[in-house]
Amino acid sequence: MNKIIDKWLNRMEEYRFLFSQLVKRDFSKKYKNTSLGMVWSVLSPLLTLLIMKIVFTNFFGRDAEYYTTYLFSGNLVMAYYKEATKNGMSSLRTNAKIIEKINLPKYLFLLSKNISALVNFVLTLVVYFIFCVFDGITFGPWMLLLLYPIACLTIMNIGIGMILSALYVFFKDIKYLYDVFLTLLTYLSAIFYYVDRFDARYRDLFLLNPVYVMIKYFRTIVIDMKIPSLQYHGLCLFYALFFFAIGGHMYKKYNKKFIYYL
Amino acid sequence: MSIIKCDNVSVKYMTGDFKAIGLKEYVVRHLTHNYKVKEFYADRNISFTLEKGDMLGIIGTNGAGKSTLLKAITGIMEPATGKVHTKGRIAAFLELASGFDPEMTIKDNTYLRGAMLGFTKKYIDERYYDIIKFAELEKFEDYTFKQLSSGMKSRLAFAIASQTQPDIIILDEVLSVGDGAFRKKSGEKMKEILASNVTGILVSHSVKQVREMCNKILWIDHGNQIAFTDEKDLYLDAYEEFLECKKLPESRADIEQMAVAHSIKVRAKEDAAMQKESEKLEKILNEGERESAIRAAIAILDNKCPEALNKKYIKEMGL
Repeated sequence: MNKIIDKWLNRMEEYRFLFSQLVKRDFSKKYKNTSLGMVWSVLSPLLTLLIMKIVFTNFFGRDAEYYTTYLFSGNLVMAYYKEATKNGMSSLRTNAKIIEKINLPKYLFLLSKNISALVNFVLTLVVYFIFCVFDGITFGPWMLLLLYPIACLTIMNIGIGMILSALYVFFKDIKYLYDVFLTLLTYLSAIFYYVDRFDARYRDLFLLNPVYVMIKYFRTIVIDMKIPSLQYHGLCLFYALFFFAIGGHMYKKYNKKFIYYL
Repeated sequence: MSIIKCDNVSVKYMTGDFKAIGLKEYVVRHLTHNYKVKEFYADRNISFTLEKGDMLGIIGTNGAGKSTLLKAITGIMEPATGKVHTKGRIAAFLELASGFDPEMTIKDNTYLRGAMLGFTKKYIDERYYDIIKFAELEKFEDYTFKQLSSGMKSRLAFAIASQTQPDIIILDEVLSVGDGAFRKKSGEKMKEILASNVTGILVSHSVKQVREMCNKILWIDHGNQIAFTDEKDLYLDAYEEFLECKKLPESRADIEQMAVAHSIKVRAKEDAAMQKESEKLEKILNEGERESAIRAAIAILDNKCPEALNKKYIKEMGL
């Protein structure tokens, strides 16, 4: 066991500089040529939020308590999930030229994309809390528990990113199929509607959607000021580890096969 | 203690139209039993061992499996059977100029590439100025990579890669890059690296280059190992004969025969060239002006009997 940890630490040390360079590259590429830079990446989810708020409160007469926070919670988590997995998907393909020539651990490219998505998420999270203040949300130490779904979501994003990037090497049209899937997922994640309008029998079906599970955790903590049950924590962790295990397995299995397809 | 050991290495490659298809097409083809992937061995049972300081030249015609073998040695591809053992850090000079980021500046690209080659931050910080200076890009530091000319790109790529201090160096047709002056400079830099007791592998289509630089030869043809040997002159002669007659040797006797055939040809060629030169000079001697006739006479003497010439006297005469 110690040996394995030692090996990992050595590897981390070996690739730390490369990893920091990759993160730097992804960042500078993302914010280059935009005069607003990072502000823009926070602004765009805010605009989405604004539109949703206007549409659903004015046209559909939805005016429940803390509706802004309800919407924002959904958007926040969904936007992070989307960005991390979509960018992660292309991580092997866009670095094909490098992979063909230099023998590097391939997950580095994916992790670096995930880091920049995470930073983006944290920025949006700050804005989220500002909105919470305006919406009259009570703050307290229980908010620290939000770190738990964030950690689970990040692990899950990496896992799904691994699965998608591996598939994307083999099948080029995954990109379009995944876009369609994301639209479907957005509607299934109860971002702008309330699940309790559904019959109790169907409500639990929503728990099959991992993104919804994370969103609900956020809402339970922030809006309901309640701590989810232990089983619920278990469910979050299960999704995170489940996807991570599949992704990790795929990377291990196809590690040396990618090169034939790139 | 060997530095590189290839033990019965076979490398598989896949061909077919599987690259361009998407998931939908994949499913349809599977349903119609129309999905075809061809596997073939780019290399079959290659074995060789290199000791410290050895320089191996891999020869073979196009498609022999040379580059694939290099990929297996660097660990980019995995051998289907057999094992590659390497000891120490590998620096591979393969298609140098690709893999840079066109949108990033020279400086960022240099750091990124350096990181990929396994340099530490401190090492690059120290060497960065040398790299830019060597590549002659001092004025272009803040340009993006895509703004450079292709010559500049390969200069930069070479300059970064040549900063490695590897135990094993792998060269695929890149001994020197650029034009005129830079070609000379990069060639010298390469020699400097090679002189530092590294173990190396060189793939080159220039037999002359292999002859100059390598002490061992690996000859592959269509994935099969024809020979691994340290009798480089014998085998290179035979290889050059093979390039002309396209017939593979089957035994040791064949090799020797081919080598002899080659040296006969070379000698004949040299003689013919000499003959032609002499004829030309004689013609000038017979028909030319006084001055050029004298020059021709001196040249003939220089060719055939140099010791008869009084070099000092000729120099004083200004001829």
